[in-house]
Amino acid sequence: MPVDASLVGKVYPATRPYYVSREKIREFANAINDPNPAYRDVQAARALGHPDVVAPPTFPVVVTSEASERLFFDPAAGIDFSRVVHGEQKFVHHRPLVAGDTLLVDLTVESVRSVAGNEMVTSRADARTEAGEPVVTATMLIVVRGAEA
Amino acid sequence: MIEVGTALPAQQFPITRADLVRYAGASGDFNPIHWNDRVAREVGLPGVIAHGMYTMATAVRVVTDWAGDPGAVVEYGVRFTRPVPVPDPGSAVVEVTGSVRTVRDDGLVEVDLTATVGGQTVLAKARAVVRPPAG
Repeated sequence: MPVDASLVGKVYPATRPYYVSREKIREFANAINDPNPAYRDVQAARALGHPDVVAPPTFPVVVTSEASERLFFDPAAGIDFSRVVHGEQKFVHHRPLVAGDTLLVDLTVESVRSVAGNEMVTSRADARTEAGEPVVTATMLIVVRGAEA
Repeated sequence: MIEVGTALPAQQFPITRADLVRYAGASGDFNPIHWNDRVAREVGLPGVIAHGMYTMATAVRVVTDWAGDPGAVVEYGVRFTRPVPVPDPGSAVVEVTGSVRTVRDDGLVEVDLTATVGGQTVLAKARAVVRPPAG
């Protein structure tokens, strides 16, 4: 089943806030084997000018994953998740993401294209504070591989 | 002096199956192709592969270690070009290089990254915009 092209422009609005904790940042930094003290030590982060420990550049994937899954598993979207591969990913940090941030994520479907039997779906997740300050924009291209001939 | 072509210190990052299990837990991406050989082979892969996001997180270490402040990374994007099979026993080794592509008027620099495993490119269009280290 092809991905529904009328999906373009669809917005999956934030359902609940994500609270960024020191412990989740530490867990993520441990998982990527990155010993940078700015991910763990508040004093080290403050010495760099941050109010609290800072998140690794790709940490927003944790914050946006729930919004992404709402797209992947939206019955109206027609995405076969077992055939999904990650094509491209980009993060634009409007300011450093730090422990203590409470973020709301709206996800927008930017494009749906059919290329050589595969469906390419681009989505944009905008994470903002509850006060409306933009923090990070994550753009993701997924490829839904077509069935083999 | 940072100018176009300035090389960032290259690094090598080994990835093991245990790393992928831990990344699955930390990231919430429990797709079995990252921990179950049977499932990976059923979908045509040679075996368990690394999360693309794990490779992406690893590659930017070349930038954050150079900049000193991970919060100095303003933008970071990649295209995933080839899966990274992670053997058991053993490890896959991601080799990452970076070089300054552009020094912008606003003081930020654009860095091009290369990431290869066994000589094969696994990330394309890998680019970061970063506030460079002082001095």
